Amino acid sequence: MTGWLHHLIIAPILLPLLASALMLAFDERRRVLKRWLSLGASALLILNAAALLWFTSDAGSAGATGPHVYLLGNWPAPFGIVLVVDRLSATMLLLTNVLGFTGLFYALARWDRSGPRFHALFLLLLMGVNGAFLTGDIFNLFVFFEVLLAASYGLILHGSGTERTSASLHYITINIAASLLFLIGVALIYSVTGTLNMADLATRIADTPSGDLALLEAGAAILGVAFLVKAGVWPLSFWLPRTYAAAAPPVAALFAIMTKVGIYVILRLSFLLFGEASGDAAGFANDGLLYAGLATMAFGIIGILSARQLTRVAGHYVLVSSGTLLAGLGIGGQPLVAALLFYLVSSTLAIGALYLIIEPVERNADEEDMIAGIAEPVFDDEYVGAIEEEEDETGVVIPGTIAILGGGFIFCALLLAGLPPLSGFIAKFAIIDALLRAGGVGPMNWTLIGLIIVSGLATMIVMTRAGIDLLWTPAEDAPARLSLVEVAPIGLLLAVCLALMLGAGPVMAYLEAASAALHDPAGYVAAVGNAAAGAQP
Amino acid sequence: MELLLSLAIGVLTASGLWLLFRPRTFQVILGLSLLSYAVNLFIVAAGRLRSDAPPIIGKDTASADPALYADPLPQALVLTAIVISFATTALLLVVLLASRGLTGTDHVDGEDGEA
Repeated sequence: MTGWLHHLIIAPILLPLLASALMLAFDERRRVLKRWLSLGASALLILNAAALLWFTSDAGSAGATGPHVYLLGNWPAPFGIVLVVDRLSATMLLLTNVLGFTGLFYALARWDRSGPRFHALFLLLLMGVNGAFLTGDIFNLFVFFEVLLAASYGLILHGSGTERTSASLHYITINIAASLLFLIGVALIYSVTGTLNMADLATRIADTPSGDLALLEAGAAILGVAFLVKAGVWPLSFWLPRTYAAAAPPVAALFAIMTKVGIYVILRLSFLLFGEASGDAAGFANDGLLYAGLATMAFGIIGILSARQLTRVAGHYVLVSSGTLLAGLGIGGQPLVAALLFYLVSSTLAIGALYLIIEPVERNADEEDMIAGIAEPVFDDEYVGAIEEEEDETGVVIPGTIAILGGGFIFCALLLAGLPPLSGFIAKFAIIDALLRAGGVGPMNWTLIGLIIVSGLATMIVMTRAGIDLLWTPAEDAPARLSLVEVAPIGLLLAVCLALMLGAGPVMAYLEAASAALHDPAGYVAAVGNAAAGAQP
Repeated sequence: MELLLSLAIGVLTASGLWLLFRPRTFQVILGLSLLSYAVNLFIVAAGRLRSDAPPIIGKDTASADPALYADPLPQALVLTAIVISFATTALLLVVLLASRGLTGTDHVDGEDGEA
């Protein structure tokens, strides 16, 4: 990456910032302008992320492999703050911005009108998430976390209402508390090592005197708790399903990536700081991640089965997804991490699509269904009667809306449950395969495999029940209207999942390279260390 | 001075945590504020306690002895942390008022249990 292309690394942060700043200059009546502005910025972000993905791949880097480093203010690391883009960051960026674009598109249907400054806040949230994926400095990470959290506080309140205000009160409180833990962790790590640059930390941790190691590990553990709160790990996750259910659908879809920010940071820091090269501190807290992940999965599965609303099902599925990733991370191993990354991408897209499709699906159900929820017995006697009566008819006419929604819903269910042939199946198959191939398959591997399969079964049961209850029983009244603006983004997300399935080979190869780079932090450290000032335009 | 500072951090943290677990929203906000004061002091302490030491080296950088200077980084970090926690607390205060107006109670769950 030479010349002006180098600035593509900082563009995912600057572009949404400038666009949202510009938007504040116009008042709410210029809605059309704002829509075009935010959609345009968001589409450019996708292209930008795709370009970064290309430049970090083998084909695009033309031999010069390794992460690309951007020195802010042209100060050399570790004195200045660096932005680093490697395969993992580029993947996460593309995922974020695809979700962001679809969320924005979906919001055009009516959600952006239910409160002021939706577009500006949405773009600021994208900026915070992008920044968190790009930064190579722990304190800068804190700042981007606060940017994304502050924007998310605004978005969760978007649309107002008692439920949203009450849920956001809990959400804001727990996130401020987690941010304070973040700061304590950062301060402890700084007091032991004297640096905040991630690459510099990676080299200094190996030299930490054994007397200070306990303090360093305490700092890392406190830092880890802050990220685990974001990732929604049991028992720090009770706020998550309720908050996500209360949020407006496009906002909830984007929030699906926010738990993954926590996972990403744990992934990045545990390999950089506590990889095999870091001496006494190597492998710190891997067991803790494993058990916490398994507990989260179990909690999520129970939650999925007991949820009475589809939004709660989606919220608990977010927990299952986080739990799977963390438990897998606790076991570790290069092929397993690659499979986990594939699962991360696939499950995040599927959760986003599910949040978007829930609202139109539930709109079709009448008030009674909404309140009774999906816990009622579906195959009651009256339905048996209904089916028998229809025998003399030539066939049941399925309205177009129901056909589209039903199709999308089945697609989502298959993706989430991990049934063939979609990308969810490939992801789970790859994880289980990697778990079984690892030398010495321990009881924990079997537990994880069992939980993955049970979570798929639970998802399938609940989605089938909800589908029958809300979509596939003959309804008396005509189905609600469905606009193209709502269908298109859902279709886009599902199409990306389809593309993931069709292109699973190249995607897997890229992610395997990402996993290999994660397991070899020396490349990352060298790239940051060698990025000399003045070497870039 | 070390004892005084650590006692101050300890007292602030303890009272902040106690308030954080109270059922009234205003107590929760006060608790978060106290906690953020404690954390800010803690960050300063992480840069080692020094008095009478300037954080910025003057013009004669060649002859300056870094051991005579205080670490400037924690001070910059604290400044950022103060600004951010101030802003988020202010936002939480607005949400508190909105919640009070919508639910008619200042209980954190929006309803007053059996009490």
